[in-house]
Amino acid sequence: MSDRTSTISIVTRTPPIAVHRARRAKPVSVASPRRGAHTLLSSVILAAVGILFLIPLLWIAFASFDGDPTVSMRLPETWTLDNYAKVMTWQLTWQPLLNSIAISLGTAVITVVVGVLAAYPLSRYRMRFQRSFMYGILFGTGLPITAMMVPVYALFVSLKLLDSTWGVIVFMAATSLPMAIWMLKNFMDSVPISLEEAAWVDGASSMQALRRIVLPLMRPGLAVVFIFVFTGAWGNFFVPFVLLFTAEKFPAAVSIFNFFGQYGSIAYGQLAAYSVLYATPMILLYVIVQRLSGGAFALAGSVKG
Amino acid sequence: MTAVAPRGTVARGRGPAPRPRPAGRTLTRLLPLLPAVLLLAAFMLGPIVYSLYGSLTDRAMTGPRAANPQFIGLDNYAELFASADFWNSLWLTVVFILASAVIGQNVLGMALAVLLRSSVKPLRSIVGGLVVLAWVLPEIVAAFALYAFFSTDGTLNVMLGWLGLEGTSWLYSFPLATVIIANIWRGTAFSMMVYNAALAEVPPELTEAATIDGAGAWQRFTRVTLPVIRRSISTNLLLTTLQTLGVFTLIWVMTGGGPGTQSSTLPVLAYQEAFKFAQLGYGTAIATVTLLIGAAFSVVYIRILKPEVD
Repeated sequence: MSDRTSTISIVTRTPPIAVHRARRAKPVSVASPRRGAHTLLSSVILAAVGILFLIPLLWIAFASFDGDPTVSMRLPETWTLDNYAKVMTWQLTWQPLLNSIAISLGTAVITVVVGVLAAYPLSRYRMRFQRSFMYGILFGTGLPITAMMVPVYALFVSLKLLDSTWGVIVFMAATSLPMAIWMLKNFMDSVPISLEEAAWVDGASSMQALRRIVLPLMRPGLAVVFIFVFTGAWGNFFVPFVLLFTAEKFPAAVSIFNFFGQYGSIAYGQLAAYSVLYATPMILLYVIVQRLSGGAFALAGSVKG
Repeated sequence: MTAVAPRGTVARGRGPAPRPRPAGRTLTRLLPLLPAVLLLAAFMLGPIVYSLYGSLTDRAMTGPRAANPQFIGLDNYAELFASADFWNSLWLTVVFILASAVIGQNVLGMALAVLLRSSVKPLRSIVGGLVVLAWVLPEIVAAFALYAFFSTDGTLNVMLGWLGLEGTSWLYSFPLATVIIANIWRGTAFSMMVYNAALAEVPPELTEAATIDGAGAWQRFTRVTLPVIRRSISTNLLLTTLQTLGVFTLIWVMTGGGPGTQSSTLPVLAYQEAFKFAQLGYGTAIATVTLLIGAAFSVVYIRILKPEVD
């Protein structure tokens, strides 16, 4: 979560059901003959940077299919699915992935439910402490969670929550709450209050109005927050690494690390295959978020220029 | 996007007019906030308070000081500030943040955003996609990939071999440099997306006017574009700084903070002291210092965003 938390505080200011402004037309170039050369140069530099970004990624992809993988990137001499077959065991892959799903799902459900409840009064009513509360939330999104792991460990010792999956879930939910509340409040702000007022006139309570009117209207926003929290928990290594001890409870991030550390000479092909299995859901979910929030790069689009 | 961004202000004045209300009603309204407040108090505020207190004790992982830690005042901090390891670690953290986030991610992110706007379409989506992919990958997978890249028999040395150059064992000889590059590789996408969006918001009239006045591309960029997007720049600098302050997994997997303490930034040092050397109180003191640094940046961040919070 930690490295994503602040990421997302930017995202939060993205309007959810926003009308997408057509991107401004590129300025008409005055010096068109030079433009071609300019584009060519940019493209060459861009391609070079792209290759540098590609190489470490290609290593994972190739090594996972390589019958005799090494630590350096190369085309496999023999393509094989052996690495995948070897890691696809209950103990090595399926159980940790199930644990990851349980932890991520639990974290995301708790965060979204608690976050929606908190966002509603913050969005709908004007309250005296609201400003300081929102500042507190914003402050929380900035704190480095990794720095908290030592005190959290000590706290979990006294709460007897160590080595408990629920402990991990509740802690992750709490740390993702500031960002979630911030996002959800902004998503809610864009649902017009007039719709609820009609419901209130008809005698609905505010919670009924929230459930029947507001939530259905902010469904894409809910999905975005849910997926963000889910992927944050899915990719988190440090929190379960510190708080869990039993191998049966490890999520994939921790079991992959132990797998990597246990071998004197690392089985790189298996490590790569395992990495692919573990990373794929996260990439798919990211693509879904992009769709929901309207196209590539839309997420970061709200930093004020 | 920016134009319709719902700054908190949208909500202002939208609720019922402020007039005296029965106390019961206010309480009912606050009720939904309760679970969030409880969770945040227990697991965010709790550890912070615990951190401040725990750093004043001699709590250990095992032995008598685990069961019954003594209050020792500022001894941990005295020991911390007298320790060369701590100052070394603080220095490494500063270098890590400056080189990988403030300079690396920001400059490369900006450069990529500019290049993306002026290159051909398919290349734009491919390279943009690759950079984002490095960011979307789970941190531990990114760390494995870069560990392999920098290994003695890794891709980097093989490539250097093609050029007839002798490689070295990068992870041992230049541990900090490798994790800096790794963090740039992993984190640049964020800055790229931020700047990409910011550049899209620069009014084309401004750059056109500058062109007509005879400004070259570089002048247009430094005199027109950069001043217009300066708020995005400051926000992005702060966010990347905060993200990088918290980086643990990348460093832990690639170098383990070593060799020795050559790449132990503050989070890594806190982990080592607390869990490997079992000095929980001392580790907590390091964590507290890190939290305070983060808190300071967070406050600056809030001040910059201030007008947008209702």
